[in-house]
Amino acid sequence: MSFLLVQSLSGLATAATLFLVSSGLTIVFGVTRIVNFAHGSLYMLGAYLGWSLIERFGGTVGGFWASVAAAALGAGALGAVMEVGLLRRLYRSPELFQLLGTFGVVLILQDAVAWIWGPEDLMGRRAPGLKGSVEILGQPFPLYDLMLIGLGPLVLALLWLLFTRTRWGVLVRAATQDRDMASALGVDPARLFTGVLFLGSALAGLGGALQVPREAVNLHMDMAIIVEAFVVVVVGGMGSLTGAFLAALLIGQLQAFGILVFPQITLVLVFLFMAVVLILRPHGLLGRAEDAPPSAAAAHAPPMVAGRGVGWAALGLLALLAALPLVAGDYAVILLTETVILALFAASLHLLIGLGGLVSFGHAAYFGLGAYGAALFVKHLGAPMPLALAAAPLVAGLGALAAGWFCVRRSGLYFAMLTLAFAQIAWSVAFQWSGFTGGDNGVLGVWPSGWASGKAVYYWLTLGLCAGALGLLRRAAFAPFGYALRAGRDSSLRAESVGIDVRRHQWFAFALAGSAAGLAGGLYAFAKGSVFPTLMAVPASVDALVMVLMGGVQTVSGPLAGAALFHLLETQVMRATDWWRLLLGLVIVALVLLFPKGIVGFLAGLRGRS
Amino acid sequence: MTTQTLAPQTATAQAGLPEPLLRAESLQAWYGRAHILTGVDLTVGRGEVVALMGRNGAGKTTTLKAIMGLIEARSGRVTLDGRPIDRLPPHRIARLGVGYVPEDRRIFADLTVEENLEVGRQPPRPGAPVWTPEKLFDLFPNLAALRGRRGTRMSGGEQQMLTLARTLMGNPFLLLLDEPSEGLAPLIVRQMAEAVLRLKAEGLSVLVSEQNVGFAAAVADRASVIEKGQVRWSGPMADLMADESVRRAYLAL
Repeated sequence: MSFLLVQSLSGLATAATLFLVSSGLTIVFGVTRIVNFAHGSLYMLGAYLGWSLIERFGGTVGGFWASVAAAALGAGALGAVMEVGLLRRLYRSPELFQLLGTFGVVLILQDAVAWIWGPEDLMGRRAPGLKGSVEILGQPFPLYDLMLIGLGPLVLALLWLLFTRTRWGVLVRAATQDRDMASALGVDPARLFTGVLFLGSALAGLGGALQVPREAVNLHMDMAIIVEAFVVVVVGGMGSLTGAFLAALLIGQLQAFGILVFPQITLVLVFLFMAVVLILRPHGLLGRAEDAPPSAAAAHAPPMVAGRGVGWAALGLLALLAALPLVAGDYAVILLTETVILALFAASLHLLIGLGGLVSFGHAAYFGLGAYGAALFVKHLGAPMPLALAAAPLVAGLGALAAGWFCVRRSGLYFAMLTLAFAQIAWSVAFQWSGFTGGDNGVLGVWPSGWASGKAVYYWLTLGLCAGALGLLRRAAFAPFGYALRAGRDSSLRAESVGIDVRRHQWFAFALAGSAAGLAGGLYAFAKGSVFPTLMAVPASVDALVMVLMGGVQTVSGPLAGAALFHLLETQVMRATDWWRLLLGLVIVALVLLFPKGIVGFLAGLRGRS
Repeated sequence: MTTQTLAPQTATAQAGLPEPLLRAESLQAWYGRAHILTGVDLTVGRGEVVALMGRNGAGKTTTLKAIMGLIEARSGRVTLDGRPIDRLPPHRIARLGVGYVPEDRRIFADLTVEENLEVGRQPPRPGAPVWTPEKLFDLFPNLAALRGRRGTRMSGGEQQMLTLARTLMGNPFLLLLDEPSEGLAPLIVRQMAEAVLRLKAEGLSVLVSEQNVGFAAAVADRASVIEKGQVRWSGPMADLMADESVRRAYLAL
């Protein structure tokens, strides 16, 4: 009994930190309508800043708390800078650009923090005055955690006062509802939003700095917390402070007890909880219907037309690509193989985004499912390559069919968050179920059959399969199926009223895109000879989005060009430096700011103008 | 085209009278590729109430929005007291003493009546009447009883009054009033007209867009009639009421 109580209390302490971070995220979302991926990075920055300050000044009670406050202010200041430099230009952009742009900041900050503080975990000192523990029903409980439990409700109360009892808070709420009207009444929304980013980021920084006495500060804190904070914010209802508080409490308890019952799948448990809540209460526990962000993924989408002569151009390109191994060396052929695989991966995601207006933030899950599907068939069943390759799109397609059933029930940002959640589930299964999947070590020795072991032969096989799949995807885009998808994207209400079952089309598109990504994943597994959980991680999903973005969302050939350019950049430029995250982050931010239509769209725009 | 087009303005300029409070010259505006205002010229003098009249879709609302800076795609020249404001963002224009009351009201629905007023509050401005919530509750007695109520739970007439009161909290000396009588019961329309006249008596200048000729006749000194994004007729309100041909050409349905 007393053990359960202490377990529950430690869940409350976790919940307090989770609430601090999530409250900032939900405030920023409520006002700017941007889901800030970099929020977790600001938490991490708060922890590192806090560590440095506490090491130097944290010997006394006053010094410790001053250090924590200074770390929070530092994170807040960076958030304000980010608003002025990046977010401000993205308020009217589709959510794809907002998510990607802020993810670029995640990458930049990861390298910046690694550069300043180094890659090792840092242990901080304990908080002076709160080092001991108290007896609760005969069980010791850390005093510091008890303080955290009290801090959560205190911060909630202070935020409530700020938003209801101060002029600043009233103005923020007004600008949240109608930015233009507030502006016409003399309120400068830009300054207000900079202030909101400062507040939200400072809360993240505060949460981070308060972790210093509890756990080691490391470079993985950012992704770990942001994914949990997403769940809290979505479960609570996006934009709702009280909802975030409630959700943090529930998830804190879920984690505290989940680890006792299912230690292997605590991560999965959290995401399953989110999926269940979203199905029962589509807008989260305390969210409201009008808070649902509009889906602007394809606003003002130009009509996609099947160009004449495209078939001949494609055949010409195929012939050219097929002839390349005759002149290129082994290394170039390997690069070509990977590029062709990535082109299929990007094109499958493009089917969702470009045609369906469905921005998936977890598309790598299906690439990974295909890769793992093929690899595990080889490892556990000793299947030959052709069989394993046939299994890859099937496994991924089935996975996408299951996840898609949930995901297409929601649109816009909620869809993005749900896909992210399912990708995280897939990732944590691959990562935690080491008996079956090899865990962090992955699956090794996945090599092609003897007849296909030559680099050129495997390239031709890849080229043939990918070209076939791309042809099918293109065929689907210009078939009634594709038109129905686009109708649903542009106005789901009008599409429904002419008798199109939008959700069903989106569901099938999700499964189709998933199995195409799965085929790409299977081919990738045999090209590399191994698979690892990172294939399914968030950065892999973002890579695919960057490829689509580079190519342009509203062009059919875009994903191919985007994949080629991305892979070239990745292998030739980024891997040549230790700071490739920084580079990739800068590339993403630049892309989002400079080429909102992608590179192919940008060139087409230039041509159209001249 | 009537021969009277723009005549009164030209006469004013020639007489060497002081610069009007608001002057718009060849004001143009676009929504996307749609060219809505093709060249609006109008003036509002100090203490004057000018009615901007025209049919649905003529460009009345767009004119007010363009003056307020709420449409980014705009060109032409707008001056307030001789000072150009056509490049300024809306909040800067508001802080110069221009109050904007939108046609669709746009109450902050999650905020109470008092909070809505608080959003509009700006420091007192020399040369413009000073408003407090108490003074506004005096002007709009219906609102006084609703102080703590949220914007969602109000009738159309109450919302219209709150919108006007909220803008007055900024102590403007020029009011841009967009279709204040639209969709309101006759009794409320009369109250709105009385409110506009009282504002004029307090020294405010008003540019009011209106389709309701009766309302315009009750409050306005002058009228500018807009058609297809251009002002086609300007002159004293009394002349407009007397000239049935102009009314038939630009206002009749």
